[in-house]
Amino acid sequence: MHIGQSTPRKEGRGKVTGQARYVDDLALPGMLHGVTVRSPSPRGLIRDIRYGSGIPWDEVTIVTAADIPGDNVVSLINDDQPYLADGRVNHAEEPVVLLAHRDRSLLEEARRHVTIEIDPLPPVFTMDDSLEGRDVIWGTDNTFKRYLVSRGDVDAAFAVADSVVEGEYETGAQEQLYIEPNGMLSVARREDGVTVWGSMQCPYYIHKALERLFNLPSEMIRVIQMETGGGFGGKEEYPSIIAGHAALLAWKSGRPVKIIYDRAEDMVATTKRHPSRTRHRTAVTKDGRLLAMDIDFLIDGGAYSTLSSVVLSRGTIHAPGPYFCPNVRVRGRAVATSVPPHGAFRGFGAPQSLFALERHMDRVAHAIGLEPDELRRRNFIQTGQTSAVGQVMHDPIDMAGLLDRALALSDYHAKRARFAGSNAASSLKKGIGFAAFMHGAGFTGSGEDHLASVVTVEATAAGRVRVLTSCTEIGQGTNTVFSQIAADALGIDIDAIEIVQPDTASVPNSGPTVASRTCMVVGKLVESAALSLRTTLGGALGEVADFPGACRDYIRLFGPLRASSKYHATAGARWDDERYEGDAYGTYAWAVYVAEVTIDMTTCEVRVDDFVALQEVGRVINPVLAMGQIEGGVAQGIGWTLLEQVVWHDGRMANAQMTNYIMPTSMDLPPIRVFFEEKPYAHGPGGAKGIGELPMDGAAPAIANAVSHAAGVSVTQIPITPESLMALMEAAVA
Amino acid sequence: MPTLGDGPAVRSYLPAFTLVAPKDLQSALRMLADEPGVWRPFAGGTDLMVLFEAGRLPPGRYVSLWGLKELGGIDVAPDTVSIGALTTYADVARHPVLRNEFPLLCRAAEQTGGAATQNRGTLGGNIANGSPAADTPPALLVYDAELELISARGARRMRYDRFHSGYKTMDLAGDELIRSITLPRGRVSWIESYRKVGTRKAQAISKVCFAAAADMDGTLIRDVRVALGSVAPAVVRCLHTESAMRGRTVDDALVEAAAAALTRDIAPIDDVRSTAKYRLHVSRNLLIQFATETLSRRTH
Amino acid sequence: MPDSTVSVRCRVNGTDATLIGHPMTRLLDSLRSDLHLTGVKEGCGEGECGACSILLDGRLVNSCLIPLLHADGASIVTIEGVAQGERLHAVQAAFIAQGGAQCGICTPGMVLAAMSLLEQHPNPSDADIREGLAGNLCRCTGYVRIFEAVLDACRRSEMGPR
Repeated sequence: MHIGQSTPRKEGRGKVTGQARYVDDLALPGMLHGVTVRSPSPRGLIRDIRYGSGIPWDEVTIVTAADIPGDNVVSLINDDQPYLADGRVNHAEEPVVLLAHRDRSLLEEARRHVTIEIDPLPPVFTMDDSLEGRDVIWGTDNTFKRYLVSRGDVDAAFAVADSVVEGEYETGAQEQLYIEPNGMLSVARREDGVTVWGSMQCPYYIHKALERLFNLPSEMIRVIQMETGGGFGGKEEYPSIIAGHAALLAWKSGRPVKIIYDRAEDMVATTKRHPSRTRHRTAVTKDGRLLAMDIDFLIDGGAYSTLSSVVLSRGTIHAPGPYFCPNVRVRGRAVATSVPPHGAFRGFGAPQSLFALERHMDRVAHAIGLEPDELRRRNFIQTGQTSAVGQVMHDPIDMAGLLDRALALSDYHAKRARFAGSNAASSLKKGIGFAAFMHGAGFTGSGEDHLASVVTVEATAAGRVRVLTSCTEIGQGTNTVFSQIAADALGIDIDAIEIVQPDTASVPNSGPTVASRTCMVVGKLVESAALSLRTTLGGALGEVADFPGACRDYIRLFGPLRASSKYHATAGARWDDERYEGDAYGTYAWAVYVAEVTIDMTTCEVRVDDFVALQEVGRVINPVLAMGQIEGGVAQGIGWTLLEQVVWHDGRMANAQMTNYIMPTSMDLPPIRVFFEEKPYAHGPGGAKGIGELPMDGAAPAIANAVSHAAGVSVTQIPITPESLMALMEAAVA
Repeated sequence: MPTLGDGPAVRSYLPAFTLVAPKDLQSALRMLADEPGVWRPFAGGTDLMVLFEAGRLPPGRYVSLWGLKELGGIDVAPDTVSIGALTTYADVARHPVLRNEFPLLCRAAEQTGGAATQNRGTLGGNIANGSPAADTPPALLVYDAELELISARGARRMRYDRFHSGYKTMDLAGDELIRSITLPRGRVSWIESYRKVGTRKAQAISKVCFAAAADMDGTLIRDVRVALGSVAPAVVRCLHTESAMRGRTVDDALVEAAAAALTRDIAPIDDVRSTAKYRLHVSRNLLIQFATETLSRRTH
Repeated sequence: MPDSTVSVRCRVNGTDATLIGHPMTRLLDSLRSDLHLTGVKEGCGEGECGACSILLDGRLVNSCLIPLLHADGASIVTIEGVAQGERLHAVQAAFIAQGGAQCGICTPGMVLAAMSLLEQHPNPSDADIREGLAGNLCRCTGYVRIFEAVLDACRRSEMGPR
């Protein structure tokens, strides 16, 4: 058996020896380099584009919107975002002109010599201004999407509540900051079609976008994933734009064109996590039973709709958290502002709404004189109960058990008591806090039905097995986990498994590599396809003792040995897109995270001293990889909570350098202690659930609760910078 | 195999730059003297290369000093230690005499960038770059550092606390180089404090950098140095604060007077890394902590 | 611009090399473009992330901050020069075993930083490891598996010659 073992990373050797090939490591004969000239202004009409003197412009390939052979639309959900601005710009750094030349240094000089003249229109930079609607920058009312979750009678419950607790919580934008910047290489010719190689999560998203951009039939587009240096959502939708740009330059120049963003461009131009504001109003009895939750969840989508509706959906569904409450209203809205579009980032809306909820639950507990853990314990959703969107929770849930274990692992109660005594006399104030939460795995609602993912497994006459999916290895361990699943299903050694490089010319569409779906949803298809292949083999030849021998015999007698598996909805699952009700996710991972912090009152710096991450994620397929996922997600969560702040000036990121956008170094992180509860999930491969996004959800509220505990003030915003904490503590004293 | 790319993937236009390595210090000085204002010095590159890649380095001619032996070495004399301008942070941090007698400088060097930066960044470069956020200058100010400046015209020495005159401006002629930094010895009995408050715990730029030392006689402050980085257009020696403390005994009144004087020494601003308010508040807290905890703890 | 081109002789991974280019070409670009040593990665171009780390005369440096001119006469080790043939260095083997590499883009620099750290601290404390790797950013791992890999490499080195 391979499942449950810490099988070493399949492509590990290539990565530790420097042999792994990323897109910037590729070159083709005659290749040009491409750059993007971007809008200097947040909103306005393009009056003129001028090409300054001193540049041999006849040597430079220039592409504008007028050169686009198909539709000037980045095809995703809506058709509102152009590949190249045509007549007007809606955010700073919006692509307007593309340039290509052989010499990168000259190309940079050329980029500086293009002047885009804009007649300004008033920009909208805040969610409040967007809601107010004085300037309409998108649609009729600046709103990309609205959801309303409604269960029970919220207003009646408030009328009879013992206590009502209100709160408002805000989270900032966060840069994914994969260490490999975005990049694409393209060859594109009218007669052969368009091919791109690049750094990406979702080959078929790019494929779909290029079909539309070039108005070419599907078979004339080919997208190939290179080794990808991290994604975290940042390479979900934006690579479609870079791929299109590289292909447009290649199409016009007749030469291969490579576009590699430098760090500054990647930071100013590409997507970030949606900023959010959540308002909670909670009705509670004096013995701590939740009567009603009224939640207003608002996210800033930036200038185009991109994935905002889906991010909003996940954030809205997660907003009431792992609790049972008979009366719930969640109003979700995604609004437009004049900044570069925000997009996918690990957690996808859930970290924002769960931060608000779990910070708020501590305040509710405080308001009615209960300990934070006791309030949670009295309200955790139980097996068989129904969630706010009407999902009956059939799978076993034991949040109280997780809470008890996490608090014991972190010595929570003893520390909470001890810090209360020691803090008074010290300029180092300590606190401990936790967050309880869940994360739905796979696409929301009927999303997986619409995707209808397909996986193919094929064997060679030598008994080697190739797994074909469009799921990308981006560091999370796809190659290894799929190999473990396939090897066990076939009963063969893992070294006989090959994971085929995602290439739309050869792999089926198994959907995007997002939403904690790869292992659980697609891994299940790998398992079923592999089992099907084995059944085929057994059906033809009887008992298979010698797998390579059987493959050789089968192929000689019957031809190619191959099996595919297609996603089918779980029996009994239902989702109503109109009423926004039903089985929102196939299953959920459950977790309790505990953070211990110290605030240095001299500098208001917060240090996380200890972090316990306990979760129930079904069966753990590869413990080392799974721990790596949790630790990495927690680290990103700690960064989002304490360090990472996008400084905006006129709708543009002002700190677009790694020196000034601060992610954690090895010195900034605590020991991250990871624990699993394993309850096999009936519909996951080997019993596994999704885990990729879960760890992003817990750090922020756990740390904010710990900081609030230490400082004796109520933290309601992240990042908790020393500057903001100083202001908060000063305000509390005043 | 096709080439990955012609020219570097940087934002500066390469042909607008020259970098030349003279064979010795005399040649370098002659280049600087013969074409005044044309050549600019280039040492370890940890700052200039960053600007170059970002398209923010002024185009022109640069003279490479890296590897010039006359600008290296650490000389320990009975009364002084002289540190060649090209000494790297790593070499500063590892030097046994510096570690023993000038720990603030070593701590500053250890907290400047990561290991790779410490292997290339130089003490002289850190000074001549003139950044108000540099980490070693506050320590050098506390240690009464003296600079030796050299040009084809000759050498001169000057007190380091008179070197910086404003944001990125300093008393260094176009044909001059920093040859060495000299620290007077005999301070081991002083009580010292260094605290870099950066944007994170490592590989950070300072939001406030505090260095101080005092010569104590019981609770009497016989002499004192206080210096700060990132709170003024240049690193600043806090003369008003020192005056408020020198010759006084440590008590509440002294702390109050010192904290009040500090506001006359520094002028912090808002930028992408922090706020003026925070910088002022933290500078004040660090001074108070030095005047109370650090001094009283060691004197009792 | 032939007049502004320099010819720099150095040793790269044990082999003599001549690199030709503008003196301010980043050593990173020369190693990648001219010698096809693409294991040297670019993550930021500002000396912040450490993905381009190499050993220059035995010391860890960011190759994006080294002008080509400064490589004259130097001995350079990139990630490609770390394994001996098929035989991985103890640090490389430990990174695979402990899950120290995820997306892999920081890995070449991180492996060299770990080697450099172990050379200075053969039995490093947790603080030594954290300090030694502080100039190499990783966004995937939260560093925990990397610390484990460094400790594992120590154990492997003790068990026999690398």
